[in-house]
Amino acid sequence: MTAAHSPTIPPPRRLKPWNAVERGLAKVGISGRMLVLAAPVLWLLVFFLIPLAVVFGISLATKQFGRPPYSPLLTTEEGTVQLTLHLNNYIRLFTDNLYIAAYLSSIRIAFISTVITLFVGYPMAYAIARAPDRWRNILLMLVILPFFTSFLLRVYALTGFMRGNGVINQFLGLFGIEPLVMMQTDFAVYVGIVYTYLPFMILPLYTTLVKLDVSLFEASADLGARPLRTFLSVTLPLSLPGIIAGSMLVFIPAIGEYVIPSLLGGPETLMIGRVLWDEFFTAANWPRAAAVAVAMLLAVVVPIMLLQRAQSAVVER
Amino acid sequence: MKKSQQLAVDTRPWRDTANNKPFVRIKNVTKKFGDVLAVHDVSLDIYKSELFCLLGGSGSGKSTLLRMLAGFEQPTSGTIEIDGQDMTEVPPYNRPVNMMFQSYALFPHMSVEQNIAYGLKRDNLPKGEINDRVAELLSLVKLQDYGRRKPHQLSGGQRQRVALARALAKRPKLLLLDEPLGALDKKLREETQFELVKIQESLGVTFIVVTHDQEEAMTLATRIGVMNLGEIAMVGEPTDIYEFPNSRFVAGFIGSANMVEGIVTEDEPGHVRIRSSELGCDIYVGHGVDCAPEQILWWAIRPEKCRSAVKNPRRPMMPMSLRAL
Repeated sequence: MTAAHSPTIPPPRRLKPWNAVERGLAKVGISGRMLVLAAPVLWLLVFFLIPLAVVFGISLATKQFGRPPYSPLLTTEEGTVQLTLHLNNYIRLFTDNLYIAAYLSSIRIAFISTVITLFVGYPMAYAIARAPDRWRNILLMLVILPFFTSFLLRVYALTGFMRGNGVINQFLGLFGIEPLVMMQTDFAVYVGIVYTYLPFMILPLYTTLVKLDVSLFEASADLGARPLRTFLSVTLPLSLPGIIAGSMLVFIPAIGEYVIPSLLGGPETLMIGRVLWDEFFTAANWPRAAAVAVAMLLAVVVPIMLLQRAQSAVVER
Repeated sequence: MKKSQQLAVDTRPWRDTANNKPFVRIKNVTKKFGDVLAVHDVSLDIYKSELFCLLGGSGSGKSTLLRMLAGFEQPTSGTIEIDGQDMTEVPPYNRPVNMMFQSYALFPHMSVEQNIAYGLKRDNLPKGEINDRVAELLSLVKLQDYGRRKPHQLSGGQRQRVALARALAKRPKLLLLDEPLGALDKKLREETQFELVKIQESLGVTFIVVTHDQEEAMTLATRIGVMNLGEIAMVGEPTDIYEFPNSRFVAGFIGSANMVEGIVTEDEPGHVRIRSSELGCDIYVGHGVDCAPEQILWWAIRPEKCRSAVKNPRRPMMPMSLRAL
């Protein structure tokens, strides 16, 4: 609020009490700019950084019976404060094959799902971006529409399609085709992830594609490029920011996905989200679960940072 | 329309249609967008090495006509021939035509060199040849040191020249320019006009330029086609269009003119006498008029042709004629 307004535009009129508040705050050295920044900082602090610190703290404790079910980090004994950090949870993550297998399997499933989502979502986003104006909003609405019902409900509804006597198998039965086994397989997990996360792929792709100047495609055609060449040389590189953003929005939550593998996947579908749940609720091993969560966070943060760097380089052009 | 004297070696093929074959032949082309008639029954012949300007206001159909020449739009009816070949159904990537876009449409993710080389790469030319051609074009538009820059690192005038170089790269037989100078400021526009004409003359490429700027059309063009409401209102050399407009619209659209309605009272071989109530006196029109007595018509006079005489200050000395409506 202290910034000088340009002389041609009169400053907006404000209510009187605000002037007094502003003067009061200025005396303590707080400007409006700081207040505006404080809101997101506080939000992140309270709902992200502090919980993360708590989880990290728990991951350095050991399991014990009682409430809370983990050992305290700080103990006072005869006037001395003792900090006990147990690293064995993390050591276990690297020595126990279950965890490594679960991480790798999660990354594999998330990666394959992201690629499938990209291949399904790109043509849809492209079609919406090139649709006539009056259709565009209706089509976008249809993409967003599934969000109006619960995510859990939608995933559960997929079982109705894919189970042994579900809609698909009944339909195939009409042609005398043997029922297919779809539920409790990795296939069902892929279907679930692709279906659920498709809008997250379509929306960022759509926003980059719709901004592309049509005359760029025309210029490409004019210079002798057939439609496929135009797509590879012009459309695809220019929509790279959307591809990266959409892939991130699908890949990252898909790694930690719990609901879809547990509802649709079989016992052999190993994903880190399920391992975490089992540690937490079945084994009641909070410290181990916390360590799994922290390791997963690190595993995801590194690709996010790399991707963001790539993205800002692309946006910079 | 009266013609001035014929030159010994005439470089203006449109004056001798019997012996010259048109390079671009637009025949009865109509384009409808839904119910909207964008271009209505346009027929136009354009000759080799012409710099033809399509001039008109917004919505006059000039850009649609240009886009049909490039192949981005299909005519609803009619045919387009380029160099003797029917191009009506040919997709843009198979036409011997290149276009310079109003927005320039430079590929933002490619450098200046890559932009210019784009069309050449599509022809699968050898690398060395492409590099030579790109260097040649860069020097043509005086951007030798800018090859590695990206379009967003260039000024508006530089981008315009890259767009021109890219459009010329494939040595098109016909270059279409959509408001080529529209995005430049006035000073740069005037400089670029001359450069454009110079390049056109040195390469001998046929140019079709769409513009809404009559000054630009007057300066650049060998011939102008004035468009109005999807139709060609008049085709002619700049001086013809200015001096002998064939309709009230053209007279009013090009330059400024005083227009008065009148009635023919005398029709003599050398002149006609027009009475108009607005002016309160009679007007003698000396040439180029073919009309009947009692005919109601509009006549116009260019302000620079008015002279004041002491005796009768309202009587113009050199009135110019206008076709009867």
